[in-house]
Amino acid sequence: MAQVFKPSSNTYSRLVLSGVLLGVGGLGLVGYLLNTSPYNTGAYMARSQPVPFSHKHHNGELGIDCRYCHTSVEESAFAGVPPTQTCMNCHSQIWTEAPILEPVRASFRTGQALEWTRVHDLPDFVYFNHSIHIAKGIGCASCHGNVAGMNLTWSVAPLTMGWCLDCHRDPAANVRPREKVFDTTWVADNQKELGAKLVSEYHVQPRQDCSTCHR
Amino acid sequence: MNRLFPCRSGTRRRRIVTRTSRSTLRAGLLVAAAALAFMTSACRQDMHNQAKYRPLRETPFFADHRTSRPLIPGTVARGKLGDDKLLTTGRDGDKSSDVFPFPVTAEVLARGRERFNIYCTPCHGRTGDGRGMVVQRGYKQPPALYDPRLRDLNVGYFFNVITSGFGVMPSYAPQVPVNDRWAIISYIRALQLSRNAKFDDLTQEEKSRLTKESSGG
Repeated sequence: MAQVFKPSSNTYSRLVLSGVLLGVGGLGLVGYLLNTSPYNTGAYMARSQPVPFSHKHHNGELGIDCRYCHTSVEESAFAGVPPTQTCMNCHSQIWTEAPILEPVRASFRTGQALEWTRVHDLPDFVYFNHSIHIAKGIGCASCHGNVAGMNLTWSVAPLTMGWCLDCHRDPAANVRPREKVFDTTWVADNQKELGAKLVSEYHVQPRQDCSTCHR
Repeated sequence: MNRLFPCRSGTRRRRIVTRTSRSTLRAGLLVAAAALAFMTSACRQDMHNQAKYRPLRETPFFADHRTSRPLIPGTVARGKLGDDKLLTTGRDGDKSSDVFPFPVTAEVLARGRERFNIYCTPCHGRTGDGRGMVVQRGYKQPPALYDPRLRDLNVGYFFNVITSGFGVMPSYAPQVPVNDRWAIISYIRALQLSRNAKFDDLTQEEKSRLTKESSGG
């Protein structure tokens, strides 16, 4: 019987085999990159809002602390979106005629809540808690970026599980002094050293078991 | 071999071929299933968006779209009964209190400074001069907190102003819990003292430190 395969078949078979392997691997890689890319996570995309509220103006320029509006961030899982009353603390007196603030005034008159567009939306099977992160020296900026520089708000993190775990495995890369937690412009000169020191000082022991975030 | 796996001659080769094609088929199906799962996975968000309420989530169920329902009048949160009248009203009988409901320690003062800087400085300024950023933007200027008239007011009066508001100042009761209001008042007292303290009031140690620092130390 004549030979079915020529010697060159060896090369072809190797090429095909490695092509299949690379193809499957490449497909996985493309999937991973797509999945974590801003295209899918919506990061770096400013959301339009019923009122074009500017964190840059209120926090960055006027210096109003995050906690003036997000009052529950230190005690509860949820940072809190302020009630219309908080806006009216100032806007009952200043910018009272501004057309862009009409939805705020309408909400105050009628009691109908403003319906803001969510910028950071974790899956419902994740139980994130703001207060523990604040208490352990994780700054707002570590997850939310430099909010003090944003007009309309956007997110800067993919909020994927891998991204969460990056920090839970190496908290020293992000832990900062407690008095700098709410300063989103602050950057450490020597984060590695400082982070390592603070991790032991604040007893930072992030857990990585499933039930920490999934219940 | 033939004893262990007896087979008729001529069928053996065919069987192997059949096996190969089956496993190829299986592998192909697996790849196709994986590709299908991959392609459709991004569209399945059932577990991401579950039929349950998280804080402030909207709902079509109620006419005003709020899942966080307004409280029924008279609702008392756990631990917020307010049976300590001095602590929760700043009143001692029928007059506003001259004393704090708890001892003012260094921790209370530090807490007061932090809370003052968050909630009060937009109008009252960091030093209490009443020239905060929002005032500079057109809000009615409040009197300086170290004004002699305000220095003579008792602590219960300040508690009432923070709790209920005064003039154009709104109530800060929703934003500042009771204990923090007292801490803020303790810090206001410190600000008042800082503008009216005399050199002789300092301890010897503080005097030498101040002299050293003011001479460019």
